Amino acid sequence: MNDNTLFHIEDLCKSFGSGLVLDHISTDIQKGEVVVIIGPSGSGKSTFLRSLNLLEMPTDGKIYFEGTNITDKGMNIDKYRQKIGMVFQHFNLFPHKTILQNMTLAPIKLRGLSEKEANELAMGYLERVGLADKANAYPSQLSGGQKQRIAIVRSLCMDPDVILFDEPTSALDPEMVGEVLEVMKDLARNGMTMLIVTHEMGFAKEVASRVMFIDEGKIVEENTPDELFDHPKSERLQSFLAKIL
Amino acid sequence: MNDFIASFQNNFIDDNRYMYLVEGLGITLVVTLFSVLIGIALGFLVAIIRSTYDKTGKLKFLNVICNLYLTIIRGTPAMVQLLIMYYVIFAATNLDKVVVAILTFGINSGAYVAEIVRSGIMSIDNGQFEAGRSLGFSYGKTMWYIIIPQAFKNVLPALANEFIVLLKETSICGYIGLMDLTRGGDIIRSRTYEAFLPLIAVALIYLALVMILTHFVKLLERRLRSSER
Repeated sequence: MNDNTLFHIEDLCKSFGSGLVLDHISTDIQKGEVVVIIGPSGSGKSTFLRSLNLLEMPTDGKIYFEGTNITDKGMNIDKYRQKIGMVFQHFNLFPHKTILQNMTLAPIKLRGLSEKEANELAMGYLERVGLADKANAYPSQLSGGQKQRIAIVRSLCMDPDVILFDEPTSALDPEMVGEVLEVMKDLARNGMTMLIVTHEMGFAKEVASRVMFIDEGKIVEENTPDELFDHPKSERLQSFLAKIL
Repeated sequence: MNDFIASFQNNFIDDNRYMYLVEGLGITLVVTLFSVLIGIALGFLVAIIRSTYDKTGKLKFLNVICNLYLTIIRGTPAMVQLLIMYYVIFAATNLDKVVVAILTFGINSGAYVAEIVRSGIMSIDNGQFEAGRSLGFSYGKTMWYIIIPQAFKNVLPALANEFIVLLKETSICGYIGLMDLTRGGDIIRSRTYEAFLPLIAVALIYLALVMILTHFVKLLERRLRSSER
């Protein structure tokens, strides 16, 4: 662990009932890294991601975020979650609020921004993703790709140090995947630290600084995308790649 | 026709008997209005405690108390509750009958509101909860800003129905000697020995109140639905 370490994860375990979903995962995430997590369904990759902001409570092990052990008992996680953005497979926009309100609610209530400041911040991001004309629309009036772009900029409005993406394109029609990946690529280029669970291997090859292959709750192999995709070492990764590529 | 005019004169105009209905209506409205307010406050509180227990397993002790409350209130007739409140619990006090009625109906209604609101909270997708928490909202703030507004919108028709039932339920106020609308009409009947006009008048007033209430709920529903165009 050094000053540049964002997440330091030690022996992270999670069990549901008797099944061990995460089996002693240890790794570090450095600032500015784009880590893509791949693996078969049920491998624990989503659970691993959701453990990092404690949406899933680990059964055992420690997670340090910017040097603080957030798995400590009695830790107030809410403060740290403001710095850990999250984008979900099903967008989870607030249907009773306009796009602008979706984006400004947390900054106003939690960061103490005035409504005017929050609106300016949100409009800036909306312009960046080309959705400024939707500011006063409701989520139900948007396409899936537009919703996910809004979900991404909603998390950006909290000025996070890292964003977790839990299969951000899996619920989208194929023709809408590209527009969401474009926004994510733009974020990566601007140095945002990102952890991404995805099935988009092309995206992983292009954008990832590190690819992590998880199976049966363990990190089986992790490497740069070129090495991992072109020279997989473990048999499990080889058979996984053979099936999907 | 002349019979009707004479009967109308006898029942409502002579001795200013219409005032029984006016004063009774006032009591009915006051009791209903404040009972609704207590019912909403109590109902949301119980619903939040119960759904917090359902979701997180916390507040176990409070949940037990809430269950006890729901069981007792929903398991006994409102009229028996009113009589017990007046003749047992507040027997030794000089508490105004109106206050006793408000407390009884408020506590009674709270139990039904609680279950309506709880079903509304539980119907909201868990992803909404996770989105709120992941932005850094506490459990309580997520409830307040994100879950409750959506739940409220979903259960509004059921809540309106509960308040219509409550308005009519207050017609048992007469049993503790409180002159509400129903008792007002009944007093006229006992003075004039004519049942038809006073009781039909009472029924029409209740009907008009319910129709007005229904109209406003429809307006509110339409306003809240604006996000689903």
